[in-house]
Order: sequence, then C-alpha cells, then structure tokens
Amino acid sequence: MDYFIELFCSGLTRGAIYALIALGYTMVYGIIGLINFAHGEIYMIGAFTSFIVATVLSIYGFPLAAIVVVTGISAAIWSSAYGYTVEKIAYKPLRNAPRLTPLISAIGMSILLQNYVLLAQTSDFLPFPELIPEFAFMEPVAHIIGSSDLVILVTTAISMLLLTLFIKFTRLGKAMRATAQDKTMALLVGINVDRVISATFIVGSLLAAIGGLLIASHIGQINFAIGFIAGIKAFTAAVLGGIGSIPGAVLGSLILGLTESFATGYVSSDYEDVFAFSLLVLILILKPAGLLGRAGTGKV
Amino acid sequence: MSKPILDVIGLTMNFGGIRALDHLDLDVYAGEIVALIGPNGAGKTTFFNCLTGMYAPAEGEIRLTSPETGKQTLLAGLKPNKITELGMARTFQNIRLFSRMTVLENVMIGRHCRTRSLIFGAIFRPRKTREEEQDTVDRSYRILEKVGLSGQVDELADNLSYGAQRRLEIARALATDPFLLLLDEPAAGMNPQETAELVDLIRRIRDDGHAVLLIEHDMKLVMTLSDRVFVLDYGEKIAQGTPAEIGVNAAVIKAYLGEEVLDEEMP
Repeated sequence: MDYFIELFCSGLTRGAIYALIALGYTMVYGIIGLINFAHGEIYMIGAFTSFIVATVLSIYGFPLAAIVVVTGISAAIWSSAYGYTVEKIAYKPLRNAPRLTPLISAIGMSILLQNYVLLAQTSDFLPFPELIPEFAFMEPVAHIIGSSDLVILVTTAISMLLLTLFIKFTRLGKAMRATAQDKTMALLVGINVDRVISATFIVGSLLAAIGGLLIASHIGQINFAIGFIAGIKAFTAAVLGGIGSIPGAVLGSLILGLTESFATGYVSSDYEDVFAFSLLVLILILKPAGLLGRAGTGKV
Repeated sequence: MSKPILDVIGLTMNFGGIRALDHLDLDVYAGEIVALIGPNGAGKTTFFNCLTGMYAPAEGEIRLTSPETGKQTLLAGLKPNKITELGMARTFQNIRLFSRMTVLENVMIGRHCRTRSLIFGAIFRPRKTREEEQDTVDRSYRILEKVGLSGQVDELADNLSYGAQRRLEIARALATDPFLLLLDEPAAGMNPQETAELVDLIRRIRDDGHAVLLIEHDMKLVMTLSDRVFVLDYGEKIAQGTPAEIGVNAAVIKAYLGEEVLDEEMP
C-alpha cells in the first residue's frame, strides 16, 4: 500500500509539472488556435535562468530563502521576455496566414531556441543546486513523499488558483476569455487584441518558468533538451484534457502523470511512454475533443 | 450648424470586380437618429464594416469628430479597437455576444477600452485597480438597468431570450461610452411588443446624448424614429432626407418596388 501511495504522490508531482507547462499550450491555443511548439523551450529557458541565478547567488553565499525568491522572479521575468518576443517575431506577422504557417514557424522557433542554448551554454547536463531543503516535519513520511514533491504540489496548486481567479475576475482575464470566444467582436468592443495575446504568452511563460525552476531543483540536473520532452508531454496532456480548456489541461496533466508513474512502478520505466501515449490514443478515439474539450464545430 | 460627428465623403469599397459602395457621402450630427435603408445587398452592412475598420475602403474619407472635445480624427487605417476607443460602437445583424460569459461580464468587457489595469494591477491589486473594477461594475449595472436586463445579470448570455440578447448587445456597445452608436438591424426578428420597447430604448439612448445611426428594414420603425434617412441601392446613395420626404421619393419607391409598379401607380 505504501508503494501505491508513493507512486501516486510521484505521479501527482509529475502531473503538476506537466500542468504548469500544459496551461501555456492550452491558453495560447484557446486564444489564437496555435500549438506553440516553442513553449517547451520557454520552460527550458526558465530552468537555465534559474540555474545561472541560483548558482551565482549560492557562490556569494546568500541565504536559501533569498536565493529561491530571486531565482523565481528572475526566471519568471526572463522566460516571459522570451515568450513575448517569440510571439512578436514568429507568430504576430503570421496572424492572418493559413494555420500551418505559424505552426512551422513555432517548430522553427523551438529548434532555434534549443540550439541557441546549446551553443551559448553547453550540451552537458549541468548539476542544479538544491533549492528545496528537506523539511524536518516531512521526516515521518519521507519514504512516501519528498519535501520537493510537496513544494511542487503546493506551488502548483497556488498557481492554478491564482490563474483561475485571474481569468475569472480581472479586466485582462475577461478580455482573454472574450478574445478566445470571438476575436473580431473583441476588437469591436475596443479590446486591443494584440496586447491580450501578448499577455497570454507572458502568463503562459510565467507558469512554465515556475515549472522549470521546480523541476530542475527536483531532478537536480538540466540540459538544453529538457524542454523538448517536457513540451511534448505537456502538449499531450493538454490534448488529453481537451486543448483550449484550462481545467482540461490540469486534469489531463494529472492523469498523464499518474499513468506514467504507475506504469513505471508496476511494469517498467521503459514502458512509461507506451502507457501514456496509448492512453492518449484511447481517449482521442472515444472522445476526440479531449476529456473536457468542447466538440469542435468549426467556425463558419 | 456645428460640425457633423461623423462625416463620410466619397466612400468606395470594392470586392474584386464588384463595387459594393460607390462614392457614398453621409453625415451624422450630434443628437440625431439617422437611418440607413435600402434593399438587401445594397451595401449597408458593408458600410458599417468600413466605418468600424473591419474593411479597408478603396477610396474616400471617414472623419469622426468628438462632440465634447471637438477633436477630429481621420479613420483611415485605424484598427477596430482604436475606432471604438474614439467613440463609435456597433451591434450586429446576427447577434454576436460572448455567449459563454454572463450578462454582466459581457457589459464589463465593453468597459475594457475605458480602463487601464494590466498584469501588474491583476497581481498586486493596488487601490487604483480596485476602484477601477468597482467603477466598471457600477457603470455596467446602470447600463443593464437602462436596457431592462438588471434582473438577469448572472445569466449566461446564451440563455437569454432573443429580444434580451439584442438589448444586451446594445448594452455592451453603450458600455464603451460611444458618442455614436451604430445599430445593424436592431429590430430584426423581434415581435411588435419587443420592437416597441426597442423604439423606446433607442429614444432614451439618444436623449442620453448618444447619436444613433441604424440600418433597418422595418419601415414603420424607421419612419417613426429617425430624424433623417439615407437610402442606398447597389452601393449608391439614391436619396436622403426626412422620413416624410423619403416616403414620397420616386427613386426610393422604384428601388424597393420596381419600375413597373411606379408606372402603374403614378401615371
């Protein structure tokens, strides 16, 4: 039973990280109908920024709490800047192009950013400083759930809550929902749609940066390619839950995380992807719009 | 007379080889209700689309003059959201509400261009942001009261009756603080009772200081409501004048009923 709970917790942690990334995919898709393949790279850049800032601050011997806060803020700002810029140079000029064009542009951006980090940094795995200490109060359950798992779960839960409140109640959140529903009408009621789209990329990147910081600290090493794998998984999770739907992205991520974790634990880690993607295929056959997605009727 | 708040000069719009609007002139003064009529396909909605920046006209000028500041703006090349910000809002012939948002939210969206707070405000929620949000809610309630929807603020827009959806569209447009309101067939599909309420509402909107330019097929509504009428046919203006003048205009009768009718009835 302990083993089951352990797998369950590690699955949740995985799912939480996927969710932080998947939200970026689903929000961007919801608003401009584009699969932003460069989103995984934004997460990777978040992890690298965290690595650089955290390492430098550790060398100068700053207290851990200060390091975590400064690292988090720098990663968020830096990733958002990348997300914003990618949208401006790779997608905005293609706003009225056929749908495949920005998709190719997104794939190009993804490859470009990976190689840029590869060249500017290194192809080696870099050891990430341990930012999350082992909490004393977690001692009795440490064999089931680690301190960093707990931090990841709590941070993700808070992020989701804030995002939900943001989308539901703020001026910008309402404008995002309106733009997602009817872009032309949003323009006509005076919403600066370009700015709303930029804001969507910024918010998505911010969440991805938090994910990057958390996972890097959890796993303890990073390299330039982590964004690709995580991006594909998070994208899968978003599709699983129904792309364009925010609760769907979270649900899909948790299901994906749990499936992988149980597959690893009870079968073999070689099969985690097999199970994850079999599940995706199955759900898409039974429910093509994803678990919480709206059945697409297409715009007339 | 003072300057018109909307002054359209020689507006021309082509779709491929088809001339949808042909050197159209039209003006609207502050405090007026102006109707734009014409047979189906005459170019009325195309005209609205040009005004609101959805289409780029081939020729001509559109000038918008704020009655408060007197500031004149040439609309050429401005984006729809900029034009709305200047003070011209519109509704649609086929209702286009944000159907998965509540009635109140739909109106609050209209306040977007009059409010400022962005990501910073959303995260740190300074006093300015909170006051702005409160102001948005208060104004939205007042507008909903004006159009008679204050009892259904939390209903999803999709669940409203047809007539109520039309009024909500008007409310959302009013929320943007327009000095000129464009209504595209506001009475389409309404029953006589709803139409009567609409006439009353449009009058009240005018009395509140918004000029109204409306496209309408309901002739009774046009004749009772409007101060002036413009008539389009095949993209050209064939007549303009008071409702009384338009009612007896030979060119208008010809456009609506055909040449033969005119020959028979008016020897």
